[in-house]
Amino acid sequence: MSLAEILHGLLFDFTLRTVALGAAVLGALAGALGCFAVLRRQSLLGDAISHAALPGIVLAFVLTGSRATPVLVLGAGIAGWLGTLAVLAIVRGGRLPEDTALGIVLSVFFGFGMVLLTWVQGRPDARQAGLDTFLFGQAATVLPADVALVAGVGSAAALITVLFWKEFKLLSFDPDYARALGLPMGRVDLLLTGLLVVAIVLGLQMVGVVLMSAMVVAPAAAARQWTDSLRTMVLLAGVLGATAGVTGAALSATARGVPTGPTIVLVASGIVVISLLAAPRRGLVAEVMRAARVRRRIRADAVLLDLYALSRQHARSAHPHALGTLQTMGGRERGVTASLRTLEARGWAAPSAGEHWAITEEGQLRAEHLLRTGVGGEDPESVEGAEGGAES
Amino acid sequence: MKPEPTREGDGRRPGPGRRGPEGRGRGDASGEEIDRTSPAIEVNDLTVAYREQPVLWDVDVAFRHGALTAIVGPNGAGKTTLIQTILGLVRPAAGRIRILGQPVREGRRSVAYVPQRGSVDWDFPTSVLDVVVMGTYGRLGWFRRPGRREREAALEALAKVGMEAFAERQIRQLSGGQQQRVFLARALVQEAPIYLMDEPFQGVDARTERAIVEVLSDLRARGDTVIAVHHALQTVPEYFDDVVLLNVRRIASGPVPQVFTEENLRTCYGGRVPFLHAVAGPPGAGSPAPGAGSPVPGPGSSASSSGAAPSPRPGASARPADGSA
Repeated sequence: MSLAEILHGLLFDFTLRTVALGAAVLGALAGALGCFAVLRRQSLLGDAISHAALPGIVLAFVLTGSRATPVLVLGAGIAGWLGTLAVLAIVRGGRLPEDTALGIVLSVFFGFGMVLLTWVQGRPDARQAGLDTFLFGQAATVLPADVALVAGVGSAAALITVLFWKEFKLLSFDPDYARALGLPMGRVDLLLTGLLVVAIVLGLQMVGVVLMSAMVVAPAAAARQWTDSLRTMVLLAGVLGATAGVTGAALSATARGVPTGPTIVLVASGIVVISLLAAPRRGLVAEVMRAARVRRRIRADAVLLDLYALSRQHARSAHPHALGTLQTMGGRERGVTASLRTLEARGWAAPSAGEHWAITEEGQLRAEHLLRTGVGGEDPESVEGAEGGAES
Repeated sequence: MKPEPTREGDGRRPGPGRRGPEGRGRGDASGEEIDRTSPAIEVNDLTVAYREQPVLWDVDVAFRHGALTAIVGPNGAGKTTLIQTILGLVRPAAGRIRILGQPVREGRRSVAYVPQRGSVDWDFPTSVLDVVVMGTYGRLGWFRRPGRREREAALEALAKVGMEAFAERQIRQLSGGQQQRVFLARALVQEAPIYLMDEPFQGVDARTERAIVEVLSDLRARGDTVIAVHHALQTVPEYFDDVVLLNVRRIASGPVPQVFTEENLRTCYGGRVPFLHAVAGPPGAGSPAPGAGSPVPGPGSSASSSGAAPSPRPGASARPADGSA
């Protein structure tokens, strides 16, 4: 199926449009709330919640015999919430650190869920067919009523986030200070975690319990690379989450038997990789370029000092020296020629015939300045004041 | 135009009802006049334990109104825990705390907290101004967003610590001393009558140290109460009026000239075996004093002047934050 067909389907195919809409809302919700989880170093909490939801889904089905989404979501929500409380209880007990508690809750609940699921599937009951799509998600099973539910809950979550913005922000940055201010951070924490549970549980049908945490973590991690403002980060994570959701859901819904969760997560991971590489300032590419710039400057300074040392051995400082001499002085490091070109561009060195180079008068001043202040320091022309910025 | 506070004069023992010129009408929680004869903060029989290990044991301390009080003691002495228990961040096993006569839940609204700067992630996506505005969150109430008034108050507080030029900076770009000044500004915005500071001078540059000292003397001039965990013993007599020597138990507390004695310091730093690493034997002392009541002659004779103040731990200020919290 070609891209054009997918786009056409997104607009005009009823099923696909439904799926895409649901995925967009879910991606935005999980992505935005995920920012708080990531900033609070609770990325694993999402994983524990989603895995803990599985036994709730199966039990809800066993108890009610219904496969209606609200019923299963309710079961998932209760189980996910119990899992969260279990983590908190273990950590409060003080015997185990938080990551261990998360790991235990995740595997115990998930293992129990898998046992239940296998047992239900072994029963002669045709209605259970499709419960296992909750493992990896199946967008095609999403109905318009489900999307309406997701949209309704998502709007409520967005409203709550706006209303409690400053509390959520302070809880994420400095919870002790918030409590010292007299703000009831325990309750705010419950509210924020509750929203996260809701977002995760709603996404299980589409993304599945195994990979849902990626929808919480990936958009936030990507958005963090591009901005230094919490508000922008949350909005951007919402947009990126929605993008990943729509793209992944559309791709999987158009091919038979492709689980939606992994497809969405692959798209989200792609967004993260691109962000890690390409983001300005924090991105890897920017960092490598910054490092290369510094290295170039240091190398050029070193060659300039070599030229300066050579010039001191002659009565006439403009006496040119062979490239070979400079290369030998530079420890046979490569790039001496490039450094000389840099120096020439700055007006600190001048070439003459036969690959000979001489230091200029300005170059001498610069070299003496370097000898006073140290190689590799800032020179007056390259203004990189944005870096560091420590004035004291 | 701040009147230079006098160290021996009325600054030491403020009469009832005395407030600085700017002191009127501040403090959102306590509209009524503060009773200045009773202590600003009173701690009785306080015991705090992590698991079975006591961190604070049967501590009684009263913090005077309008005084700058240092809490000193070796690593693991429970200094940070004492502050955090007063703020309600740590639940005590036993004891009673009164802030301006009120229990912690109500009283802590009159307290501005300056945590250790290492307690937060400075890579958090926010600006300097945003962090300082957080000091207004307590009085804003639910659903209200900080507006122009809050931002102006924050800018004013930044100016007091010499950081107004950094308002729009990302907090990631700050040096350690600048981080400390931002936290101080955040506390100033609260306009509280009591300040609790956890090692405000820890690892800061000279400029930040000067800025903090200036803020402290401003606060004292206004009649505010400051309680600070402090590590550099040599600056205690210069910066503070009162001192609390703490090592799980309260060793001594009161005005610096009477309490900051060699004998008390030896008891505080030398007498406790589990914290022997904190003891760099004071010159002339053959072995660490075994405990309270050690026969060191001349209490009060050598301790009041800063030059002669004994400093059992010369490198105190360079040590990592104590691990008790």
